Amino acid sequence: MSAVRDESISTVALVGLPNCGKTSLFNALTGSRQKVANYPGVTVERKEGWVRLGMSAASDNSGPAVSQLRLLDLPGTYSLDSRTPDEEITREVVLGRHAAEVQPQALIAVVDATNLERNLGLVLELKALGLPIVLALNMMDLAGRRGLELDLSVLERELGVPVIPTVAVKAEGLAPLLARVSERCAKRPPAQCPWQKPTAAEVRERFARVDQILKNCVRRRSKPAALTHAIDRLVLHPVWGAVVLLLALGLMFQAIFSWASIPADAIEAGVAAFGGWMGDRMPEGPLKSLLIDGVIAGVGSVLVFLPQILILFAFIFALEDSGYLARAAFLMDRAMSAVGLHGRAFIPLLSSYACAIPGIMATRTIANPRDRLATILVAPLTTCSARLPVYTLLVGAFVPARKVAGVLGLQGLVLFGLYLAGTIAPLTVAAVLRRTVLKGPKPALLLELPTYKRPSLRGLALGLIERTRLFVRRAGTVILSLSVMIWVLSSYPKPPADAPAGVPAIHYSHAGQIGRAIEPLLRPLGFDWRVGVALVPGFAAREVMVSALGTVYSVEQGTEADTSALGARLAGSWSLATALSLMVWYIFAPQCLSTLAVVRRETNSWRWAAFLMAYMTVLAYGASFVTFQLARAMGWG
Amino acid sequence: MITLADLSVGERARVVEVGGQTGGDALVRALLEMGVLEGSDVRILHEAPISGDPIAIEVRGALIALRRQEARCVRVERLDQEAGR
Repeated sequence: MSAVRDESISTVALVGLPNCGKTSLFNALTGSRQKVANYPGVTVERKEGWVRLGMSAASDNSGPAVSQLRLLDLPGTYSLDSRTPDEEITREVVLGRHAAEVQPQALIAVVDATNLERNLGLVLELKALGLPIVLALNMMDLAGRRGLELDLSVLERELGVPVIPTVAVKAEGLAPLLARVSERCAKRPPAQCPWQKPTAAEVRERFARVDQILKNCVRRRSKPAALTHAIDRLVLHPVWGAVVLLLALGLMFQAIFSWASIPADAIEAGVAAFGGWMGDRMPEGPLKSLLIDGVIAGVGSVLVFLPQILILFAFIFALEDSGYLARAAFLMDRAMSAVGLHGRAFIPLLSSYACAIPGIMATRTIANPRDRLATILVAPLTTCSARLPVYTLLVGAFVPARKVAGVLGLQGLVLFGLYLAGTIAPLTVAAVLRRTVLKGPKPALLLELPTYKRPSLRGLALGLIERTRLFVRRAGTVILSLSVMIWVLSSYPKPPADAPAGVPAIHYSHAGQIGRAIEPLLRPLGFDWRVGVALVPGFAAREVMVSALGTVYSVEQGTEADTSALGARLAGSWSLATALSLMVWYIFAPQCLSTLAVVRRETNSWRWAAFLMAYMTVLAYGASFVTFQLARAMGWG
Repeated sequence: MITLADLSVGERARVVEVGGQTGGDALVRALLEMGVLEGSDVRILHEAPISGDPIAIEVRGALIALRRQEARCVRVERLDQEAGR
């Protein structure tokens, strides 16, 4: 007992049903003092935060008071009988069986006050474990407005746990909640937790007990959520629902492609100005070349995509927070199940338009392993934002900026076509996988469509800051070092003194040698050794391809890197057939080390990561080959 | 014998039995955890476009989406609009 008491930091876990406001409460309690990481082995986010207990929250009884709480925001679950990897984490942590997490000293059971008959079952299950529990009766304002009248002292007595009313989004009730939690932490050490998978009869009993408790403490029941019903009559309407979904997706892509260009152009101009400013102040030599051609051009070409990625994430966060994304899964279930995917796979696939990594991480809400695997294996085919720089460069350089039928821009149409291909490809491959390697029965769909809520701006901001941090860190580490590596490989060794005039310096470099070595393989696709040079580092991350091409061409021509001029240079040296072939290559190619690493971690096997890489490479090679040969036959070679 | 899968939008019913002969143990427990229990009143509120599958039902104060395939293992009795509360 004293071993626990000695610690001035107690670990407390927040447990609750999905959509009970648990994360809002976590955000309200910890503010910015939080950290998101992954549990080792699986890609389930581990959200922890710290709360320093002030005077108001410190317990006034004897014994050493806890001065700081470490809060864990555990994935939402209906019961400890888990069905998804996410819910499994919650159970393992709560029971103290998780290898990488200490057992919480107390639990905060977060309960949606507007729906007690559904939420209290989990509280009863948690209470049976013997851990100290405080119940946070969240969304009390909403429940009150819906007419709920509740005798809190009866509820407390019937449940046998302290009940604190809270309104997480308005930060109400936090001090009393913390006071009770710290008091309970100080009082009781963790118990041994007995838990057994409940039988169906036990689940029935638990709900019967909930009904009995509610009969004793509820004086007036809350009315159903009228606004949600009204919105759903439109949003889930068989015809209008589909229209709303299309409009929402249309708005999202419009935002990504047009609104984002304003901040993106500003970043691009800033990077170019910075490069120029540095160039004017540095003496000629290898260091200047390294900084300007390698570092600034390389990192800058990737930072430009930050606005697009943030807009996409903002949309996905907001759609999820508001409760709409579950409706989208409902509307799309039929279409998804036609290709053998679960309705829930719609959300991971949609996220994959930003990046396959969060998309793959989002598959953890899919219960059936075979379903989940199918979604993981096709998510990287979705057109992620890292492909956009390559597409933008190639479309800008090779597709004339003219109008088709008077209104539609040809460049936009080609880009749309590329996205369409990146939408059809994952669905087709999923259908094939589900009929071959991943054959199995169709899984059940059981999905709660939560009450609509206004998305929390604070949660949105915290989420976006986290994404920005991850992206900038990636640009500053992986992409920075790759840019430097490409620069070194393409600058050294220098040409011999007796080199004939007219042969570019890069010809003699390591990069040139590698490019020429793999050229015979790439020739049938219409790629020459320079593309080979860019494909090799581009394997680490797709967007590096652009900076690699920039480096290769600027080093070759002995001029400074300038991404905007790169397109013109490519247009001068490639045929249309080559450009088309490269675009098609990018629809399929598995060029992202991070994705492969996440697939490895998520499936817990190198076998599936290797399978992913193999099938995507074969598809990419085949499709590029066909494209190039056809385009040449059309006379575009 | 009618099941949840036989109802159409707007109809109310009371759950008589979850599981019975059909439905695996995991599905039954999952349905129970979501509040689809004997004695619960349900109402079909929505159907997905085109095929009318999945359906969204109101049960124990929440909206739950499920496919008719799974709904088949929930035996119900129809309630007329008056008795439905």
